[in-house]
Amino acid sequence: MAAILKHELKSYFHSLTAYVFGAFLLVFVGLGTLRYNIQAAVSNFEFVLQYCALVLAILVPILTMRVISEERRQKTDQLLYSLPINTTQVVVGKYLALLTVYLIPLALVSVYPLIFSRFGDVYLPSAYGSIFAFFLMGAALIALGVFISSLTDNQGLAAGIGMAVMLFNYFSVSLSEYVSATAFGSVVALMVLVLLLVAVVYTLTKNENLAFAVGIVLLLAVMGVYFLDVEAFDNLLPRMMTALSLFDRFGSFVNGVFDLTAVVFYLTVVVLFLFLSVQAMEKRRYN
Amino acid sequence: MIEVEHLTKKYGDVTAVSDLSFTIEPGQIYGFLGPNGAGKSTTMNIMTGCLSATEGHVRIDGYDIFEEPDKAKRLIGYLPEQPPLYLNETPLEYLRFVGEAKGLRGGALNEQLQEVLRQTGIDGVKHRRIGDLSKGYRQRVGIAQALLGNPQMIILDEPTVGLDPLQIIEIRDLIKELGKTHTVIFSSHILSEVQAICDKVLIISKGHLAAFDTPENLERHMTSQEIILTADAPQDRAVDPLTKVEWIQLLELTEPEPGLTRARLKAEGEDLKEALRALFFAFAEEKIALLELTVEKASLEKIFIELTEFAEKEEQSYGGDPET
Repeated sequence: MAAILKHELKSYFHSLTAYVFGAFLLVFVGLGTLRYNIQAAVSNFEFVLQYCALVLAILVPILTMRVISEERRQKTDQLLYSLPINTTQVVVGKYLALLTVYLIPLALVSVYPLIFSRFGDVYLPSAYGSIFAFFLMGAALIALGVFISSLTDNQGLAAGIGMAVMLFNYFSVSLSEYVSATAFGSVVALMVLVLLLVAVVYTLTKNENLAFAVGIVLLLAVMGVYFLDVEAFDNLLPRMMTALSLFDRFGSFVNGVFDLTAVVFYLTVVVLFLFLSVQAMEKRRYN
Repeated sequence: MIEVEHLTKKYGDVTAVSDLSFTIEPGQIYGFLGPNGAGKSTTMNIMTGCLSATEGHVRIDGYDIFEEPDKAKRLIGYLPEQPPLYLNETPLEYLRFVGEAKGLRGGALNEQLQEVLRQTGIDGVKHRRIGDLSKGYRQRVGIAQALLGNPQMIILDEPTVGLDPLQIIEIRDLIKELGKTHTVIFSSHILSEVQAICDKVLIISKGHLAAFDTPENLERHMTSQEIILTADAPQDRAVDPLTKVEWIQLLELTEPEPGLTRARLKAEGEDLKEALRALFFAFAEEKIALLELTVEKASLEKIFIELTEFAEKEEQSYGGDPET
C-alpha cells in the first residue's frame, strides 16, 4: 500500500494535477474570503467554506477522473493484479494519495481563521469545526469520484458522470421542494429506483435470474408497505433526497453545530464507495 | 513448479479454456504455442492471478494462486501481452515502484534495480520517458519489471510480437539467457521461435492442450517421415520397383519432367534406413538411376497444423460450433 501511495503522490506532483487542483481550490476560497471576511467584514470563516462547497462538486471529479480509469485504459491494471498486493491495498493507497492532494490546500486554508483572529473576534471552534467538516465532505466526494472512475476506462466520461452526480447531489435539497410529496408519487419514484437498481445488478452480474429476483422482491416490498401503511410514503421522496445530500449535512457545521451523525454519515459514505471500488476492480477479474 | 489442474474459463457462453492440465518443472524454457484466440493469454492471466478461473486450480510451488495470492505471486514475474507501463515515467521510476510494490526496500532494491537494468540492457535509457522509447526498449522495461523481486518463474506473453527482426533476436537471446537461471514460460504463435529456444513445447488449440513434449520428440512421434525420390524413368517402369519394397506406402506419383518420375512415400515401421536401402537396390536391379532420394522430416509447423486441425475436426464431429 505504501508503494502505491508513494507512486500516486509522485505522479500527482510530477504532473500538474496536484498544483492545478490546489490552485483552483485556493483561488475560490480566496475569493470567498475576500467577499465575506474582507469586503463584508463578517468574522465567520465558515460562510466562506459553504460558498466553496459547490466548487468541490466541479473540482473533485476532475481530480479523481483518471485514478482507476486510466489504469484500465493503459492496461497497467494488469500489473497491479499481478503484483503481490491485493485490490483493497491498491484502492486505499490511491485514495490516501488523493486525500493528501486535497489536504495540502486545506492546510493552507486553515491558517486563515488564525490570521483573522489577530484583527478581530473570530469564533475559532466553529471555524475549525467547519474546516474539519469541509475535509470530511471532500473525503466523501473523493471516494464517490474514485468509484465512478472505477466503472469506466474513459476518464472524460468519469469526469462527466462525476460532475452530474455531485451537482445533482448539491442541488437535491432545493430540487426536493419541486418533486411530488404525495405517497403515490413517492411509490412511483421508488419503483423507478428499483428498476434502475435491477439494471445495475444485471449489468454487473449478467445474471438475469438474480436481477429478476432482486426486482420482484423489492417491488413486492414497496407495494406491500404501500398497502399496509400509506402514511409511511408521505413526503418520502423529498425526505430521501435531503437525507442523502452530502452538502446539506455540511450546513449544520456552518451553523455552529458539531453534528456527530454527519461525521458518521461521511465516514460511511467513504467506506461504502471504497468498498464498491474494490468490488468493481475485482469484478474485472471475474468477468 | 507450476501445477495447473483441470483449468476451465468461460466468458458467458464462450469457453476460452477447457479442462487444461499440465505441470511446469523448474529450470527449463517452456514455449506456449497456439493460433490466435486459442486461449494462451487467458491461461497465462489465470496462472498469474490476473483473471479468475471458472473451474480448476493453479498452484505455484504448492501455493494456490487464488487462496494464497501473496505467496504465490512473489514466485512469478509476469509480462502481459501489452506491457503494463506508465508512459509518463522513466524506466528507473517505474521499476522502483514495481520493486517497492514487490516488497523490496533500500539497498536490496537498488542492488536489484542495477541487476535488472544490466540484464535487460536498458541502463542507457533509464532516465528517458518510457513513452519516448522504441517498442523493443519498452518490451525490455516490461521484462525488467517481471524480473524484479527475483522470482523463480517468469511468464512472458508474446514478448516478440510487433518487434523488428533485430529486436526479436535480441529478446530471444535475453530469454535464453534468463532460462539459465529461471524457469521461463513464454507464448508465441511463431513456430521457429519456439523451436529455437524452448526445451519443451505446449501446443494449445481451442482451449485444449493438444501436445506437451520436447520439440524433438514432437517431430519424431507425431508424424511419420516422408521419403521423396526421383527416378530416371517414366511412370509405368518406375512403379515396378516401388511395389517390390515392403516397408513403404505410396502417397503420390508425379511427373516433374517428361521421362522422370517423382514419388512421395511414407515409411512404415521404425527402420527408415532399411526402407531406403531396399528402395535403392530395387531401383538398381531394374537399372533405373535414382536422381534424388531424400528424407523429409515433418517440421514443427506441420505438426502444429496437424494438431490444431485435428482438434478442430474432432470438435466438429461432436457437433460443436466451428466458430467457437
